[in-house]
Parts: sequence; C-alpha cells; structure tokens
Amino acid sequence: MENLLSIITFIPAVAAAILALFLRGEDEAAQRNAKWVALVATATTFLVSLFVIAGFNPSDTGFQFVEEYDWILGLKYKMGVDGISVLLVMLTTFLMPMVIAACWTVEHRIKEYMIAFLVLETLMLGVFCALDLVLFYVFFEAGLIPMFLIIGIWGGKDRIYASFKFFLYTFLGSVLMLVAMVLMYVQAGTTDMVALLRHDFPSQDMILMGLHIPGGIQTLLFLAFFASFAVKMPMWPVHTWLPDAHVQAPTAGSMVLAAVLLKMGGYGFLRFNLPMFPVGSDVMSDFVLWLSAIAVVYTSLVALAQEDIKKLIAYWSVAHMGFVTMGIFAANQQGIDGAMFQMLSHGFISCALFFCVGVIYDRMHTREISAYGGLVIRMPAYALLMMYFTFANMGLPGTSGFIGEFLAMAGAFQVNTWVAVVAATGVILSPAYALYLYRRVVFGDLIREALKSIPDMDRREKAILAPLVAITLILGIYPKLATDIMGPTVAAMVADYHAALPAVDDARMTME
Amino acid sequence: MATIILFAPIIGALICGFGWRLIGEKPAQIIATSLVFLAAFLSWIIFFTHDGVTQQVTLLRWIESGSLAVEWAIRLDRLTAIMLVVVNSVSALVHLYSFGYMAHDDNWKQHEHYKARFFAYLSFFTFTMLMLVTANDLVQMFFGWEGVGVASYLLIGFYYRKPSANAAAMKAFLINRVGDFGFLLGMFAIYYTIDSLRFDDIFAQAPALAEMSIRFLWADWNAAELISVLLFIGAMGKSAQLILHTWLPDAMEGPTPVSALIHAATMVTAGVFLVCRMSPLMEYAPNALMFITVLGATTAFFAATVGLVQNDIKRVIAYSTCSQLGYMFVAAGVGAYPVAMFHLFTHAFFKAMLFLGAGSVIHAMHHEQDMRNYGGLRKKIPMTFWAMMIGTLAITGVGIPLTGWIGFAGFASKDAVIESAYVGSSYAFWLLVAAAAMTSFYSWRLMFMTFYGKARGDHHTHDHAHESPKIMLAPLAVLGFGAIFAGMLGYSVFFGKEDTVRSWFGMEVAQHHGEDHAEDLAAQSATDTETATTDTAEAAPAEGGTDAATGEAVIAAEAAPAVAPQGALLMRPFSPERQEFVDSRIKADPDHPPETIINAAHSVPTWVKLSPFTAMLFGLGLAWLFYIRSPDLPGRLAAQQRPLYLFLLNKWYFDEIYDWIIVKPTMWLAGFFWKKGDGSVIDGFINALAMGFIPQLTRLAGRAQSGYLFHYAFAMVLGIAALVTWMTLSGGAH
Repeated sequence: MENLLSIITFIPAVAAAILALFLRGEDEAAQRNAKWVALVATATTFLVSLFVIAGFNPSDTGFQFVEEYDWILGLKYKMGVDGISVLLVMLTTFLMPMVIAACWTVEHRIKEYMIAFLVLETLMLGVFCALDLVLFYVFFEAGLIPMFLIIGIWGGKDRIYASFKFFLYTFLGSVLMLVAMVLMYVQAGTTDMVALLRHDFPSQDMILMGLHIPGGIQTLLFLAFFASFAVKMPMWPVHTWLPDAHVQAPTAGSMVLAAVLLKMGGYGFLRFNLPMFPVGSDVMSDFVLWLSAIAVVYTSLVALAQEDIKKLIAYWSVAHMGFVTMGIFAANQQGIDGAMFQMLSHGFISCALFFCVGVIYDRMHTREISAYGGLVIRMPAYALLMMYFTFANMGLPGTSGFIGEFLAMAGAFQVNTWVAVVAATGVILSPAYALYLYRRVVFGDLIREALKSIPDMDRREKAILAPLVAITLILGIYPKLATDIMGPTVAAMVADYHAALPAVDDARMTME
Repeated sequence: MATIILFAPIIGALICGFGWRLIGEKPAQIIATSLVFLAAFLSWIIFFTHDGVTQQVTLLRWIESGSLAVEWAIRLDRLTAIMLVVVNSVSALVHLYSFGYMAHDDNWKQHEHYKARFFAYLSFFTFTMLMLVTANDLVQMFFGWEGVGVASYLLIGFYYRKPSANAAAMKAFLINRVGDFGFLLGMFAIYYTIDSLRFDDIFAQAPALAEMSIRFLWADWNAAELISVLLFIGAMGKSAQLILHTWLPDAMEGPTPVSALIHAATMVTAGVFLVCRMSPLMEYAPNALMFITVLGATTAFFAATVGLVQNDIKRVIAYSTCSQLGYMFVAAGVGAYPVAMFHLFTHAFFKAMLFLGAGSVIHAMHHEQDMRNYGGLRKKIPMTFWAMMIGTLAITGVGIPLTGWIGFAGFASKDAVIESAYVGSSYAFWLLVAAAAMTSFYSWRLMFMTFYGKARGDHHTHDHAHESPKIMLAPLAVLGFGAIFAGMLGYSVFFGKEDTVRSWFGMEVAQHHGEDHAEDLAAQSATDTETATTDTAEAAPAEGGTDAATGEAVIAAEAAPAVAPQGALLMRPFSPERQEFVDSRIKADPDHPPETIINAAHSVPTWVKLSPFTAMLFGLGLAWLFYIRSPDLPGRLAAQQRPLYLFLLNKWYFDEIYDWIIVKPTMWLAGFFWKKGDGSVIDGFINALAMGFIPQLTRLAGRAQSGYLFHYAFAMVLGIAALVTWMTLSGGAH
C-alpha cells in the first residue's frame, strides 16, 4: 500500500471519469446511478483513508506515506502527509459522503453535479497531500474550477455575480503566489517542498523602491503567499466574496466550501508562511494577529445585522477563521493546536449548519429569516439538531467547538493580550447573533400559514447529521484523538520556528 | 460513589429526553426523578462520612496541548460535599414538585408533550452543576459553568411560544457570557503565569503569583490580583451581581420549579462557590477581595431596594435572591469563606422553599403572579401559607438574639455574615444592615399582600383557589425542615469555634499564638524561590540575572515543588495592617487579639450582634403598618415620592440604560459595518480595482448565462497549464 495517498486522491477522479464516460441518459435510473456511484466512491475513499490514519505514526514529525515519481516536463510528482495534513485529509474524506448525500434531492444535471464534486474531492485531497510546489499549485488553483461551476450552474439567482466575485478575489491572490513560487524556485533551485521547508530564505532587511523592508525577501514571499491564503481563508477585509458565494451556492456546495475549501488557506499558512518564512512571519505576525482580532469582532457584528440565514452563517464562518489565523500566528503550541482543531471542528460544524439551512430551504425555498418562526412546533428533531450545532459553533465546552477556540485564545494570550481580549469578545458576540437567529427561526409561535404543514427531517437528513453530532461530541470530550496526531508535528514546527528567530526576551512577566 | 452521583442525573436526562417515546412520559419522569434521588441520597452519605481530606479521581484525560493538560476528574473535599448535598437535594425535591406543578399547563396544547422534556432539562442541569462543583481544574469547572448556562437558557425559554420567555432566555445566556469572558481571560492568565490550570497547582503557586507582575493590556498588574478579579467577573455574571444582574429577574419567565432550583438555590450560587474554591488564591489578592466585598454589599443593598416595590411575587423573590447573593459575596470578600458557604447552604433551603411556595400560590391562583390580585389566601391554602411563613421567618432571620444560633436557618447564617462584614468593612456592614431591614420589609410585605387582608382581583380565581396536591406539598415539608434547622445544625461547623471550622474543612488547625501554617508555607516558598534563583545564577552565571526574572516562579516550582495548602479553603491570619484595623473595630483581649476572621467576628461588640435583629424588627413593623394597619399608606407614599418610587419600580433604570448605551449602538454598528464597511468600502474598492475587468466580466457573464460556462472553465485550465509550462521553462528544469 505504498501508493495509499495517490489511491485515495484519485479514487474520486476515477469515479468521475466512469460517470463521464459510461453513464448515459437523463432518466431517473441514470440519475440514481450517478448518485450511487458518487456515494460509493466517496465512501470508499473514506474507508481507504482509514488505513492512512491507522498507519500514521504520530511521533514521527516528518512526512509519511511519501511517494515520489518523475512527472511531465521534468517536474516531480511528490505526495506525503504529516501530522497536520493527515487530519485535513481525514476531514475531507469523512465529510464527502455526507456532502454527496446532501445532493440527493437535486434533479438538474445530476451527473455533471456529481462529477464536479468528485473532481473537487480529488483536487482538495491533492492540495493537502502534494509535496511539490508545482503540484500543489495545480491542485490549489484547479480546485477553483469545480467550485466555480457548482456555484455558477447549480446556484441561486445571482450566481453569476457571486461566482465571478469568488473567482476575481481568489485569482488576484493566486497571481501573487505564482510569482512568489517562481522566486522561491530561483532562490532554492528546487520545487520539492520538503527541501524548501529546510531551506533558509534570505532575511536581511532590504530597500525596495525606497521602502525599508524588515525581513527582506522572506517578508516579500510571506506577503505574496499571504495574499493568496488570506483570500481563501477568508480574512478581514478580503472576506466579502464568501457571504455572496455561500448565499448563491447550492446546499452541498456551501457545505464543501465552508468545511474544506476554507481550510486550504489555513493549511497554506501552516505549510508555507510559518515554517518557510519564519522571519517574515515574525515581522508580520502582529499585523496578522490584529487582522484576526478585528475579523472576529467586525464579522460578528455584521452577522448580527443579517436577514438571510445563510449569510449569517457565512459571516459566522469568517469570525471563526479569525480564531484560526490568530492561533497560527501566535506561533506557539496552544495557538497552532487550537487553530488546527478549530479548522477540523469548524469543518464538521459549519458543514452541519449549512445542511440545516438546506433542510428548510428545500422545504420553503427561502432563506429569509423573517419567513420562518416556530419551527420547533412542527420539526422537533430539526430544532434539537440545529440547537446542538448552534451551541457547538458557539464553542460550548463538551463539543469540539470549544477546544479550538480555547486553545487558540490561550495561545494568543501569551503573545499579545490585547488581541486575545479583543478576540475573546467573540465569546459574547457569537451567542448574540446565533441565539438571535435561532430564536427567530425555530422558537416563537408558528403563525405563518406556509409553515403549518412543514414536515420534520426524514431519515436521510438525520443520517447525514448523525455522524457529525457524533464526531463533534467525541472530539469535544476526548480531543486527544486529534491533538495526539498533530501534537508532535506542531511541537517540531514551533521549535523550528523559534530556532530560526533571534532570541528575544519575554519581559512581560516579572517578579516584583 | 462520587462517580455514581455525577452520572446518575445525565443518564436520567438521556433516558427521559430521548426514551420517553418508547417508555411513555410518566415512566420517563419517574426514572429521571429516582436517579436524582439516588444521587441525593448518596450525597448525604458523603456529606456525613467525609473526613475533610481532599480526594481526587481522574476519569479521562481531556485537553493536552504542550504543557497545557487538563483532565475530566472528580475532586471531593468539604466544599464539594456541601455543594453535592445542596444541588442534589434541592434538585430531587424540585423534580418531585414538578410532577404536580407541570401536570397541567395552559401554555401547551392538548396533544403536546412537554413533561419529559422538562424533566430531561432539569436532570441535565443537575449533571452540569455537579460537573461544576466536582471539577478538579478550572477548565472542567468552565464546562459545568457553561453547561448550567445552557440548561438555564433552555429552561427559561421553556415556553418557547412566548416572545418574552425567549428574550429572557437569550438575555440570561448573553449576560452570563459577559462574565465568562472574564472567566476565560482569568484562565489564560493563570496558564500563562504558572503553566497549569489544575487547582492544586494554582493553590500551590498562589504565593508566587502574589509576587509576580504581569503585563495585561496597557499596564502591569499584580498577577494574583488580576486573575482574581477576572475570575470574579465570571462569578458576577453567574451570580447576578450588580452591573451583570439584569438577567436574573427576567429569568422568572421560566416555570417556577426552575426558578427555585436554578435561579435561587444552585446555579446562581456558583459564583460564590468559585470565589470560595479559589480562596487559596484570593487570600493573596487583598484588593480583589475588597472589590468583591464592596460589590457584594452594593448588590445586596441595591437589590433589596428594588425588591421593596415589585408587585410580581416571583420578581420580589428574585431580587431577594440577588440581594442574598450579595451577602454571600461580602462574607467571601472579607475572607470568611465558611460563612459564605454557610449562607449559601441555608439560603438554598429557605429560598427554594419560598419559590416552591410561591409556585404553589401561583398554581392555586391559576398562574396569576401579581400580588395586587392576591389577598386573604391564608384560609384557602393553609399548608402553603405555613410553608411560606417558615421561609419568611428563615430569610428575615428570626431567632433568639445573642445566642448566635438558636433560630431559623437565616438567623444564624445572616448574622454570621453581618458580624464578619463588621470586621472587614464599615461600608459593607452598614449596607448589609440596611438591606436586612429591607429584606424583612419586602418579605413580610409579600406575606401580608398574599395571605392577609381582603381578597383582591378576580373573584372567580379566588373562589377556585385550591390547595396544591400532596406531591407538591411534600417537598415543601422537607425544605421546611431544612429552613428551620439548617442554621442550628450547621452553626458549629460553619461558624463555631475556629478550630472546629478549620478541621471540618480539612484545614490545618492554627496554633493560636504562633505562625499560621499557611504563612510558614508562604515564607518557605519565598525562600525556596530565592535559593532556586541563586542556584540557577550560580549554575549559569553567563545568562543569569536578566533571564531569571522572566520565569522565576516556574523555575522555583521545578526546583522545589510548592505544595497546595491543605483543606478545602484557605484562611490566612490578618496582615499587620489588617490586624491594626480589626483591633480598632472590636473590643478584644489586648493580649490575645483574634488573628483570623472567624475569631474576630465572634468578638464584635454586642450592638453589632443585635443590629440585624433590630433591623428585622424594624422591617416587620413597617410592613405591618403599611399592609395590615393602614393599607392605603403605600399608595399615598408612592404618590408623594413619585420619582423615587418610579426609580425603584424601574429597577434603577438599568435595563433602559443598557439598551441605550450598549444594545442600540451595537445594532447600529452592526448595520453600519455591513452596509457601509462591507458594502461601500470593501466591495466598492474591489469593484473600482476591477473596473478594467468589468466590461469583459459582463460579456463573460452573458456567455456563461447562455450555457458557455464550461468554455470558461476550459480557458482556466488552459491558463493554468500555460503558467505551469512557463514556469518550468523559464526556471530551467533540472
């Protein structure tokens, strides 16, 4: 099983090819087959990925399951995972079957829809596994296409505007990243990321066009990558594509966008910015920490004013991603552990929340908060599940949401108390908009005529949410399942990071 | 045994909440109730058999990240044992009471099932509260802390059709989160300074924290003071202290048994529990303690003034709870932690009693809660009347003056609080005495308006007023027993001889004329710190000096692990300045001045000891004058002092002020950020930036809409391929 990573990466692609080539017809049977093929493929991917996690040795902080082949034009095909990426791979494979199951009621061009998701899964897994710069770039950029199509073809009525906004934002970042990659290649003479991680990029201060740049090339490279990943994340103030994209995306598209695609930004920071450009990171870390803290407060406030359920949850996601970037650039064990954990947890919870929105959207065809009210009376199971995920997303201890926020803030507190305090106000703001949403949608009396016959969740819908309830609860009560895997890798990363910086005195804590 | 106590309620909650469709509502309720009764029974066994020695049981490792490690564990000491009894007993009785109270409820339609859900919430609450009190580190405590918040949210909003209930539930959760904000920051500060969140480590490092200064926001703070204040902010939220109190009266939207359990006897006392639990740290933070004292006293006074004029029976009791919590904080603030726990203990009984009694009245009056529509109910519901009478006698503190302990539950504990307060601060003392007079007034006002005089309000309701069923009266009888005897039985161990109290709480018994052990320990660890520093400096002379300052406490901890003080609480002898202050306030034997708060509280002047009783008589007399003798007096007075009356009736306008300075600006800012920030500025900027693209964009959009999107995708793929090719070629492939 030495090609395990390639196998899981390409199972969905193979299934997509089978669908594209062999499945004909638009009748019901063909539609059903398309869905089943996709479901079986994603489920198989998940099962095979279990071998990866089972065979993964957490105490080894290097890359594991490494595969290396020559590829076209002298390029290398190199895959491998460490304690950070293996968890994101698991997140992706775990969620995809649920995403496919969430598409079950779609009827419009279902075959192409399934193909889009399968290709998307391959590309996402590729991003997390790739260990070669070019390979990474290809997966990273190509991932845009299926998402672009999913929004553009199966989305809501303003889908074209949203998908172009989505594209434009991410494209601007990508160009800069590409330039940076070329520069890295020129500097280090290799595109092998393992070698690049070991390479010391020059960090002498430099003057560029009259501007003094501390950290020199490292800072420039940092900024170029930052531009790309900050948009993906998305960080404030380049977040405005996300609410539009979410609102227009179909349910399954939103699930995947929130759960996995946003994590590519965080992953990028952890794979490139922090370990490859430690001096640049150090120069920029206060700036990033402040952006993160602002993101938490700003987007929480914006969420408070929303009238559209999906938009509200989208802003909520941006606020959560603020904790992720804050944790990463706190650059200590708790911060990065917290950021990673928050990414996983947010993956599960946001996926569930967007699905919850989809459930009522399917029934009522509106996302207006004011169109709902009193759902609990007709939909008790829905009310319970929605409440669980609402609280989980607010970071209730005992659910996975708490661990990530707690660790990220604990990490940030050690670096900058101002940032930690500002971000911690998110603890007050998140119940404000979340419970306000819940109260308007689920509680209250059922007075709207249209809602009086709304049916509760069916078996399929419950079955999609059940694993998500289980995993968020398990990770909340026993987070070591994840932290044990990432812990040593993160510890090594933190140690390398601080070793690369000139020693500084921490004079904030003194004996009187 | 503790494990069974801890998990019985959650099992009950799960069976009841999810299993009732299978086994039926009634059996589900019975299972939940009996499991809580089991927990209560076992709690009493632990209460009586516990020897004061702290036990710790690890259940499961929880969060581990670098040096941060916390566990799911059970800590069992005297403090926990007291809380177990309080929580489980009241919970069990409230479960039982709810069988009757919730049997018929007009808020629900015929076919709707709500009873099993209600019982599941109650049991879930009990579980989270137990997690809170058995925690062995701050993070697990925070789990319980948030858990009770959720349970409270669910139960306040139990009548989810009512907008007012939903609003109240949200308000409660939000304001609690403001407190949690402080709690969280307190935890981060502790972890930052001492690298652990376990109680034993915190307690052991407390003396070091008192010597440490930490940069927080704009200034350097003393670590012990800062952490204590941050944690206390958490306590303020949960225990409805001034500034963060506005949720508690609104929480009365929940069914009355909930008010009795959560918003009187247990959850709201969690803040007091937290301060007592952290006493080994608080003892090293004199300024934080002073803050707690002042805030507690002010709350006690403020809430009592508001209680004077409220007309909703539950709101009167809610403000009374708020006020009594202030008493507890004063006791904790002056360092008399056992006294704080004593009042917590007795208060749980008589306040639960008053609430359940009020519930019984409300039940009898068909959910009428306005006391202006009551009157003359004594004959109609005699059992409830006697229950409320016992509760009132207990809360107003009726007893035999100067014996200290012969009297109803509140007599012993409230007098103990006031005597301790006298030792600590005149401000607190006088406010508490004034509050005692007002407590007596509003409690008797409630009694007189409800049970005496002529029937007011709807005749039909009065004619049909009926005594509650036995299942509601039985819990009242049990609580009545507690409200009468809890003070007398608890006096010697909570506020008796200093040595008895110390040994009961497992503390080292102090030598009366010598150094206190805790002081020894502090001195010891101080010398250790010095030695350790010297050692390090000697071992590495090159890097000594400057480096040593950064992590001195940590180094000291590694070199000679400090030990947590023994027992559930820590009471240090007075500092020299304090001793002087205390000596000036009490007439003590000049040769053997009392060195600790309990002893000092016993030696206060006689007029101090008599003051609460006098205040109580004054309040009673006034209430009698106002509501029995000349019932038109209150109306005349209210008309005469209209501004003052409105000021009190509107709760000092806290809600209005908050709405004006917090809620409205926040909502405005939210809208502003959305429309202007995201809309005009950010999107506007992006659009301007993309101005060159826009003509092409629209063309492409047109094409995409007509189904050519795949072409565009294809173009993207080509683009990427081109870029990659360019890269490989220009970079010169190796």
